[in-house]
Amino acid sequence: MHLTSEDLAAILLTLQLASVTTVLLLVLATPIAWWLAHTQSKWRAPIAALVALPLVLPPTVLGFYLLIALGPLGPVGQFTHWAGWGSLAFSFSGLVLGSMIYSLPFAVQPLVNAFEAMGSRPMEVAATLRANKLDAFFTVAIPLAKPGFVMAAMLSFAHTVGEFGVVLMIGGNIPDKTRVVSTQIYGHVEAMEYAQAHGLAGVMLVFSFLVLLVLSWTNRRKAQTVT
Amino acid sequence: MNAIRLQLDLARSSFNLKVDLHLPVQGISVIYGPSGSGKTTLLRCVAGLETQARGRVQVGSDVWQDDSLGVSLPTSIRPLGYVFQEASLFAHLDVAANLTYGLKRSKAPNQEVVLDEVINLLGIGDLLQRSTNQLSGGERQRVAIARALATQPKLLLLDEPLASLDSARKQDILPWLEKLRDELKIPMLYITHAADEVVRLADTLVVMESGQVRAVGPVSEVLSNIDLPLVVGDDVGALIEGHVQALDEQWHLAQVRISKASSGMAVEGNPTVASIWVRDSGLQIGQPVRLRVLARDVSITLEEAQNTSIQNHLPCVVESIHAESHPSQVLLRLRCGEVFLLARVTARGVHDLGLQVGTQAWAQVKSVALVK
Repeated sequence: MHLTSEDLAAILLTLQLASVTTVLLLVLATPIAWWLAHTQSKWRAPIAALVALPLVLPPTVLGFYLLIALGPLGPVGQFTHWAGWGSLAFSFSGLVLGSMIYSLPFAVQPLVNAFEAMGSRPMEVAATLRANKLDAFFTVAIPLAKPGFVMAAMLSFAHTVGEFGVVLMIGGNIPDKTRVVSTQIYGHVEAMEYAQAHGLAGVMLVFSFLVLLVLSWTNRRKAQTVT
Repeated sequence: MNAIRLQLDLARSSFNLKVDLHLPVQGISVIYGPSGSGKTTLLRCVAGLETQARGRVQVGSDVWQDDSLGVSLPTSIRPLGYVFQEASLFAHLDVAANLTYGLKRSKAPNQEVVLDEVINLLGIGDLLQRSTNQLSGGERQRVAIARALATQPKLLLLDEPLASLDSARKQDILPWLEKLRDELKIPMLYITHAADEVVRLADTLVVMESGQVRAVGPVSEVLSNIDLPLVVGDDVGALIEGHVQALDEQWHLAQVRISKASSGMAVEGNPTVASIWVRDSGLQIGQPVRLRVLARDVSITLEEAQNTSIQNHLPCVVESIHAESHPSQVLLRLRCGEVFLLARVTARGVHDLGLQVGTQAWAQVKSVALVK
């Protein structure tokens, strides 16, 4: 098995995309998950459904809407042009945005579960110990929800690595900018380069298996420390 | 104003909490009542954890909440300590970091000194480097109490801190709580439904039912209140405070001089002040003690009985007579000097002796339990 420099560039870009997406996604998903775990609002159900939408929507549908939105006539596209950033479509930034939306439920759900499992007691205890809400959130809630954050990060990362439909729609498969492993494999197969497709596909297979293995181990360890 | 003022209103779908309490700023006020009577909700309102509660919370001269003035401090600003029913230590911190979590955030002075004091007071010096899951149930609650005390609260709230412990562990912690009461000046609101905790710890007793206060007052008065025969433990009975006055070493007995019920001060030079002999379990002269006398262990004679094995005869006046649920039984409230006893006797006995309110008689006490 040998990987071409283009293959390596695709792998590098994929890792870059997944890392940036994961970090930004955790920042975005934390307040959403906190709100979902604690709110009594009537908006909870519709917001929860909206967040979960990428789970059931075909990635091409998601990508299609994103393409429209990011394009020069779309609302996001008009804003980015007005702000002088140009179009996000067919760019790395656009890919990050698409990936964040695509992987959002994988970041939010583990965090919601972690916050719900924690209950309201630790925050109340912190309040009786003179910690205001923000202080308590960072010094109590986040450390206690750490397994949830680990899970959310790994799932977001892995899920972003595995995306294809959204990338194809809004990324456009431009080398070094938007060509990730999944689209590179697609390209190899289209070009009948089965040996190279095999190489990359094998890398993906091993990577995915390792992620699931580590997840399963962390879950087991978490269960043991609780009991 | 030198009192704790709690005037609170909270409407819930299942029940309404509505209380108006004046409690002393000294000692332990025990809140007693069946589960679902609103004890925990009351405590949470005092702490500001129930944001829907309306009313007034004042501790000494500090107003924590007064909705008529639009004042309601968030929990983190109220200078209180809260010990929850179940262990509530932070699992991501070790014992030492748990202890300093609130301490660092309080603006109280002399933090190092206070920390050493609470560690000594609760005997947890050896546990500091442990993780919280290496602690026994009793150790967890001691750390939780120490953590609350380290913030130097003006009011300590304890929600059944011993309920999750087995009775051996409970006996481990009760002395620490008594020590807190005797050595610290911090008033405490203490929820329990355990009889032994009421009789050992309470200075003031608040009885709650269905979200309302049914009785409140010094513990010995509330327990001997015949209008509200309060079954604490096995039976109704009086709680008497006093000091050890003399020891009979030959027979291993101690004589307890009864103090005035409400203040706990000995009434000097009052000829009607009685004393009671109790089993000497290593008591010392001058030591303050609490005695529990159950109504079923008290009988009445018109003359001081002679030729009886019963050691304790107290001159008394029948203060009130109360029918019991079974028509053969009657509950008497007896005034013995400054304190009250309850006696459960048969209705026929009352008739035969011609007992009426105001009758002078002798109370014979068959058995006395030393609760402290």
